[in-house]
Amino acid sequence: MSDPVINVPNQSPTASDLVAAEEPVARQTRIGKFKISTEVLRAYTMLFALIAIWIYFDYSTSHIFLQPRNFSNLMRQTAVTGVLAVGMLMVIVAGQIDLSVGSVVGLAGGIAAIAQGWWGWGLVPSLLAGISVAVAIGAFQGTLTAYLNIPAFIVTLGGLLAWRGVVLGLTKGETIPLRLQGFKSIGQDYSGPQLGWIIAVVAVAAIIWSTLARNRARKRHELKVPSLGATIARIVIPSAVVVWFIYMMNSYELEPGRRAGIPIPVLIFLAIALCGAFLTRNTTFGRYLYAIGGNPDAARLSGISLRKHTLAVFCIMGALAGVAAIIYTARVGSASPDAGGLLELDAIAACVIGGTSLMGGRGTVFGAILGALIMASLDNGMSLMSVQPYSQSIIKGAILVAAVGLDMAGRKRT
Amino acid sequence: MTPFLEMREITKTFPGVRALDGVSFDLNRNELHALVGENGAGKSTLMKILGGVYAHPQYGGEILIDGQVQRFNGVRDAEHAGIAVIFQELSLVKEMSVGENIFLGREPRRFGVVRWEELFRRARKLLDDVHLAIEPHTAIRNLGIGQQQLVEIAKALSHEARILVLDEPTAALTDAEVETLFGILRKLRERGVGMIYISHKLDEVLRISDRVTVLRDGRTVGTNVTTELDEAHLIARMVGREVGDIFPTVDHEHGDVVFEVRDMSVWGPSVTSKKLVDGVSFSLRRGEVLGIAGLMGAGRSDLLMGIFGAHAGRASGDVLVDGRKVKIANPADAIRHGLGFVTEDRKRFGLVLDQTILNNMTLAGLKRISGRFVTNVDAESAAGERAMKDLRVKANSVFTVANTLSGGNQQKVVLAKWLLTNPRVLFLDEPTRGIDVGAKQEIYAQINKLAKSGLAIVLVSSELPEVLGLADRMLVLHEGRLTGEFMKANATPEKVMACATGSQQKAA
Repeated sequence: MSDPVINVPNQSPTASDLVAAEEPVARQTRIGKFKISTEVLRAYTMLFALIAIWIYFDYSTSHIFLQPRNFSNLMRQTAVTGVLAVGMLMVIVAGQIDLSVGSVVGLAGGIAAIAQGWWGWGLVPSLLAGISVAVAIGAFQGTLTAYLNIPAFIVTLGGLLAWRGVVLGLTKGETIPLRLQGFKSIGQDYSGPQLGWIIAVVAVAAIIWSTLARNRARKRHELKVPSLGATIARIVIPSAVVVWFIYMMNSYELEPGRRAGIPIPVLIFLAIALCGAFLTRNTTFGRYLYAIGGNPDAARLSGISLRKHTLAVFCIMGALAGVAAIIYTARVGSASPDAGGLLELDAIAACVIGGTSLMGGRGTVFGAILGALIMASLDNGMSLMSVQPYSQSIIKGAILVAAVGLDMAGRKRT
Repeated sequence: MTPFLEMREITKTFPGVRALDGVSFDLNRNELHALVGENGAGKSTLMKILGGVYAHPQYGGEILIDGQVQRFNGVRDAEHAGIAVIFQELSLVKEMSVGENIFLGREPRRFGVVRWEELFRRARKLLDDVHLAIEPHTAIRNLGIGQQQLVEIAKALSHEARILVLDEPTAALTDAEVETLFGILRKLRERGVGMIYISHKLDEVLRISDRVTVLRDGRTVGTNVTTELDEAHLIARMVGREVGDIFPTVDHEHGDVVFEVRDMSVWGPSVTSKKLVDGVSFSLRRGEVLGIAGLMGAGRSDLLMGIFGAHAGRASGDVLVDGRKVKIANPADAIRHGLGFVTEDRKRFGLVLDQTILNNMTLAGLKRISGRFVTNVDAESAAGERAMKDLRVKANSVFTVANTLSGGNQQKVVLAKWLLTNPRVLFLDEPTRGIDVGAKQEIYAQINKLAKSGLAIVLVSSELPEVLGLADRMLVLHEGRLTGEFMKANATPEKVMACATGSQQKAA
């Protein structure tokens, strides 16, 4: 009774049995004698592409590109797109799209500027006004998408037009300067070197602690624990990147003897990127987003509410568009009615270059950030090289298409 | 006289399954030859080979028309040879007009410009031939299913088809529409068209056909002149095989009633007036395996989906867990009340194919296994690896991506997903479809093991032997209604099939 396998005629294996019995293997790619998983390879490819771009620009601009001053500037330029890309990544992973973020950035920035300029509100209420409007728009568009089943593409395309119209109407086409110094600081100030090093120390400690804690937990659950060498590599490599990054930021001298530290927008961006990475990787919410984007039917039957999660992800996108609007307005020092135009496309391009599938279910915050860095690096580097704006557009467009083309080719091969 | 069409010793294998094993079939001019068999007997596969869907070297055997060997490289080749296949899911473009659909890809044109007048003129004539009194400009979406079926036939006639294959043509038709269709088929027969008619509705087969061929498990059971046959004969031939060999005979010990469904009805999602399930009630004890049998479209999956709060249409009825009425509005409610649902079509409903085994296994029970908000990878991995060992999933690790697995292993992953929600009642919908014999047996063993551990199980399967072999008790559905209930001891394939085809109501 214990053995259910009874009376199977002809025990000699057929071809189909052999196929079924064969050990299925995770998708892997061979490089020389090394086999690595395709997912990891893709992430590394993007990283190497970024490094190659940096080396190329550094060489072509006679080492201006990687000077602390320009590097700090590059990071500041990445911040707005980066913040939007983190939100957009979640939207796209859930199988949706948001084309309205550029206009929402314009509107939220406009509201915040109007609040402090025309209505005489204080700093915090002004910022909250801008961000709340963006969240409300996200909630509204999310509701239309999730509960009325209007495709997100259409809802947010409408939003792209409508919210821009609202900004133009509210500001009467005027550019509104920022009155509060505190507001401008958000876009223009630096942390100072001390805070920079404190962050570096905290980050390295966090890396060590989390790596060791994970090893202990794996041991407790009787899973394979990484070797000592691997553990050390997992601590040393990220720590080195953190220290180098802070060092670069701190090396930028605003004036002789006054070191800058991390630009405030970059600080905000890093904080959001960390939260985004945590949310997508380490929470049930994040996992549900991937499931919904990967196979909505399976997700629904597994008890996941597609509606609630779609609404939530649009609200998050709205909030991040609000934050991006504050940074953007603060950096420029004023809110103009056409602010933020085309930012939605930058954010989507960043996600896609970073390996996000527009079909949903695939993509990482890390990849989206790399994508944003690549986009910003291209802008910055080509400007330094005095490439004509029209050529810049052509090159960026070509790189976007080529990046996805390579990704697709790689996917087919495996 | 050589037959008009001859298929000799056709074999076709899919990974893990031998769908056809030396099937021979022939068809004369002026003949309507019916092809019957249980779900999965190989009828559709045989017709796909004839229609060129599986091109020449993908199968074994020969196809001859008028004594000439044919090697179809694709659907086009088959069409040129005069073969038209009308599949169960109609292949019309809903937004286009009737005329455009009939001549899709073969529009009459001059210098590349479509000649609309000629197209619609010819379309009108074809519609007359099938007695369809509609304008050829009408859009397909405005037609009923029966009318669409006739458009498909008109399209086949426009190819000057000499061989017409009809796969379940009456499944969605009203009685009056069936009569119209039969009239047209008889007329086509007089005109020399040979027809192959696939149907589950045996009374219709007996009325319209000249000969009947029965397929079972990918083999021909026999071909007879229709007048020599009756329904009981046919059923016996369709199911006639030894049952039980591969099923361990286990008597499950039953406890108290844990689950009860009262008067469950489910309506169609688009045609909201159509009842897919009509007032079905049943109860289930701890440790009991309840089988649900029925033919395709009998409403088995609709019933389970309706109970689980997952049906796209409206569902009504009471669900009781431990004697208490519970409200199930969506799958989350169902899971909370201890229901699990291994859905049919694992690729569509069960798995997120791009994700790892682990992510798939923990999807439904994530908050229980991993944490309410912050996940715990290690707790998940531990649970996943345990499940992988228990269910003998063959893969390198829990981090292997689901779409690289064989069907049987994928099915085990879906099963693990639901076991990890810690259910008290488990629905299994076609749990062994398209997987190889070895994996099937492992799933059977699991079902018995789970029942023994006290789980109450509902098993839906198109494979009658599976339900007969595993279930302690079985229900039979026909067109959404409960038409039979049997205990294991007195269930026979013939009795069940009689209820499933609707030729016998409420036996036992």
